[in-house]
Amino acid sequence: MRATVAALMRKELGLELRAPQALPAMALFSVTTLVVFHFAIQRGQVEGDLAAGVLWVTLLFAAMLGISRLFVADHEEGGLDAFLLAPVDRSALLVAKALTLLGFLLAVQVVAVPAFAFLLLGTSPGAGGFARLVAVLVLADVGIAIIGTLVGALAVQTRARDLIVPLIGLPLLVPVVIGAAKATTPLFLQAGAASLPGRWLAVLGLYDLVFGLLAYGLFDFLVED
Amino acid sequence: MTGPARLTMLYATRLRALSIATVATLGGALTLAFFYAPMDADQGFMQKIFYVHVPMAIVALGGFVFGAIMAIRHLRTGDARYDLRAYVAIHVSLVLGAGVLITGSIWAKASWGHWWVWDEPTLVSFLIVFLLYATYQPLRFSIEDPERQARYASVFAIVAGAFVPLNFLAVRLAEAYTHPRVFATADGGLPPRMALTFYVALAGMALLYLTLWRYEMASKNTAAQLRSLRRRLGGEDAVAARGRSAAPSLPAS
Repeated sequence: MRATVAALMRKELGLELRAPQALPAMALFSVTTLVVFHFAIQRGQVEGDLAAGVLWVTLLFAAMLGISRLFVADHEEGGLDAFLLAPVDRSALLVAKALTLLGFLLAVQVVAVPAFAFLLLGTSPGAGGFARLVAVLVLADVGIAIIGTLVGALAVQTRARDLIVPLIGLPLLVPVVIGAAKATTPLFLQAGAASLPGRWLAVLGLYDLVFGLLAYGLFDFLVED
Repeated sequence: MTGPARLTMLYATRLRALSIATVATLGGALTLAFFYAPMDADQGFMQKIFYVHVPMAIVALGGFVFGAIMAIRHLRTGDARYDLRAYVAIHVSLVLGAGVLITGSIWAKASWGHWWVWDEPTLVSFLIVFLLYATYQPLRFSIEDPERQARYASVFAIVAGAFVPLNFLAVRLAEAYTHPRVFATADGGLPPRMALTFYVALAGMALLYLTLWRYEMASKNTAAQLRSLRRRLGGEDAVAARGRSAAPSLPAS
């Protein structure tokens, strides 16, 4: 299982390095969205709950781009059929795709979060606040990666692929947005970063756990035949 | 009588009795709500909508969970009839869900003066669940292969079924408590006359759900049976090929 996942991830990373497609698009899209937000909400600087909202809408929409591309190459070039012919555990594909998507999301956020701080954020969360922000980002990204892999695999076999991903993905990710936005709001306060309410991290962790198990149980049905 | 014919009969039997029971129970519940249950001290007459709104919401959510259970059985057995049951369950729940949102909105307008109140966790959760399930039919419609359509729809129904409680938890935590807490109030919940009315209304709504579910099941099964009889009478050419559809197709019998 571990060797299969490693091989699949090497393939994903090799593809993305040789012909960068998802990552530059997601990064560029997130920076553009921040600029759009500046004009749409007509503020030079944001803080508190508004800052958290702007950040999470931007990250979530950028993630949707990556999710709709996640299985397209495999589907069109026959990679999925080749994988099904190989005598390996199908769950390896779920794990590999989810880890790849998680890596993409984190890589995009390395660009998007500093861009957000530079362009819009009115305050600086400080070193302690930054560490807590990273914790929230990772927990939320795990949830987005799991749901994204599930929805991406579901949507790639449909005719309306690019419509299905946001239609199903966004409502499913509402709890992640609630938890992540609530958890990051205290970090962006004008008065300085306040402490992080632990229950939001618990909600995010519970979400990751439940949907991780569900995805593990159901993924086989999405890659049959 | 052959197998499929008996099956349809099974769905169509007792439909009349069930319909009469539904009308009687719902009518009784409304009568109780208007003439027997006491006026609410805070909300007055407007509180009567509680006897429609809350049972409808409970039954609709129960229907989504029922759909998820049928979807699990479909994936385990591969039997297309379970997929049809899940499809009809979610369909009827969506219809009731629209009713829940409308009655909830009316109640919100009467109680708080706004058609929509965001700090009202139960209604907001319900909207999110409704929006998620509203994609069930578009998803089915966009998959042509009937076998794959059924399989993917079942995966969706299970994920969405698990999403319902998690979503309620997250939204409940996020918002202040303004929803009328009818059951768990400090002074001990519903007065007995209100409670009786509520349970009758809940039973009536559950019967309504069951009746609608059985009617649609009977209709779908009869249509499938009619097609197969026509095909048997006139050959393959007598029946037009089934077009793209969001509804599950039963195996020809």
